[in-house]
Amino acid sequence: MRIVVLVKPVPDPAAGAERLDSNLRLDRAAAPAVVNGNDEYALEAALKLTEAHGGEVTLLSMAPASAPETLRKALAMGAQRGVLVSDPALAGSCTLSTTRVLAAALRTLEFDLVLAGVDTSDGQAGVVAAGVAALLGLPYLSYAARIEPDPAAGRVRVRRISPTGYDLLEAPLPALVSCTQVLGEPRYPSLKGIMAARSKEIAVRSLADLGLDPAAVGGSVATTRVLGARPPAARGATRVVRGSPQESAREVVAFLAERRLI
Amino acid sequence: MAGDIWVVAELAEGGLARISTEAATAGRELAAAAGREVVGVVVAAAPDEPARELARYVPRVVAIEDPAAGEHAWSAVAATDLAALLEREGPGCVLVGATPDGRDLAGILAARLGWGVLANATGLSWSPDGPTVEMSVFGGKLLTSSAFTVEHGIVTVRPGTVTAVTTGTSGTIEPVAGGAGGRATGPGTDVPLVRVVERVSEAGAAAPIEEAKVIVAGGRGVGGPEGFRIVEELAAELGGVVGATRAAVDAGWIPYARQIGQTGKTVKPTLYVALGISGAIQHKVGMQSAGTIVAVNRDPDAPLAEFADLYVVGDLFEVVPAVLAELRARRT
Repeated sequence: MRIVVLVKPVPDPAAGAERLDSNLRLDRAAAPAVVNGNDEYALEAALKLTEAHGGEVTLLSMAPASAPETLRKALAMGAQRGVLVSDPALAGSCTLSTTRVLAAALRTLEFDLVLAGVDTSDGQAGVVAAGVAALLGLPYLSYAARIEPDPAAGRVRVRRISPTGYDLLEAPLPALVSCTQVLGEPRYPSLKGIMAARSKEIAVRSLADLGLDPAAVGGSVATTRVLGARPPAARGATRVVRGSPQESAREVVAFLAERRLI
Repeated sequence: MAGDIWVVAELAEGGLARISTEAATAGRELAAAAGREVVGVVVAAAPDEPARELARYVPRVVAIEDPAAGEHAWSAVAATDLAALLEREGPGCVLVGATPDGRDLAGILAARLGWGVLANATGLSWSPDGPTVEMSVFGGKLLTSSAFTVEHGIVTVRPGTVTAVTTGTSGTIEPVAGGAGGRATGPGTDVPLVRVVERVSEAGAAAPIEEAKVIVAGGRGVGGPEGFRIVEELAAELGGVVGATRAAVDAGWIPYARQIGQTGKTVKPTLYVALGISGAIQHKVGMQSAGTIVAVNRDPDAPLAEFADLYVVGDLFEVVPAVLAELRARRT
């Protein structure tokens, strides 16, 4: 099984330091970068699948030139190599450009499965993976809680989370699967993995390398733009209650009644 | 017509999903502000019932009957039916829910048509050039407003963005046969349909938390699956549904479908009751826009004490039974 995992370096949501720059774009220098959380579940699933079925995991990322630092952690978890599409023209890309660039990069790679996180913690749109599948004509199996490939039969089954349980989906390989945390906690890189990651290849590709015109994708042709930003209205002050359970309960019920919630 | 507002509806258990009644209302309001038409679309194996429901919210509904939707993942079926229609009619803006099905559809359509996407709208307004979309970013620290720079775009709309209001009359319904003319299936030319082998309902499945007006959520402090009984009891008493933090889901106390926060759902109920939840940023991002937040937690210094409206310092296993008793006494 040759698996490509789409990974995105994002500002660490736990650091709480995200901000916009003067062009109202995400300031990628303001917060430490980490591998997007849902992408880590995708990577963990890919590693488990290659452990069970044999094969290799390749990371594919579209990110600024500083990304290799972040990608090394994903390589340390066990992926064999990385491909980084990086080009100054890509700063300020919208979801459509990102979709087109990742699809173009995937055309240069060989794979049986492509895995991606269902969304990223910075943009949160959750539309890129579906678009990549659409551009490549790949079966798209989303919101995976379980991935069961049958390489011999050339097909994959995926449990897609539904509001009431799950739908069992089936498609021929190659296919693209979007991944949720239900697939399982990502492993910590071992010391050996960290050492090994230092010498793993991260191939950097420019738009020209992919045969893409820098005037056709990226920030200059973004389909959306941010007009402005403001802080949200502050919530009111917190009323703190300390007392016996009965006293507290009376306060809670009175408060709910006051706000006409009961 | 070019420039119109379209709303693509989703189904929930055969009927119209509530998010789609909200999206239809948002679309209608946007169209009124823009002086454009609003059109609702249903793609389903049996679209009649949801189309009738949608026609209570918008004056014109296109009901696409596509037998393939019965046994295939919905987004690819809907996208192949809609792509040509949208290209021909050229609406300025298509609204879908910011839900798994809505996002999947938006992603496929945007890539196929070369359109933009503005995601997770929490507010919509009209400017002379098109829609302005407000969204909450960076874990709720900032509200941005954005617009399309191109003629056509898709907006995914968060639940609770508007209150669904019917028009009081019934709109027209145009039946259309889906899958007409056959589907192009060559590699790279179309989105392959994905077969649904089986649809499985799991025990304990309840109303989707994204659509609930009242959510009672449990966290690590609930202590175990038995602890969720009292969470469920309070939810039932308040007419709400049960939610959870990631810690409770990771521990296997409650299914992932109930998880609120960064890698789970984002919710906007009228009332959010947090039991045994500290309110770390990963959870906060999923529930901070709730109308009223009431928390019960033993730790007086937990993050929720900073942004809840009412914060009870106490043991939830003592406080919640007392609250239930008060609520029941009040009813009689």
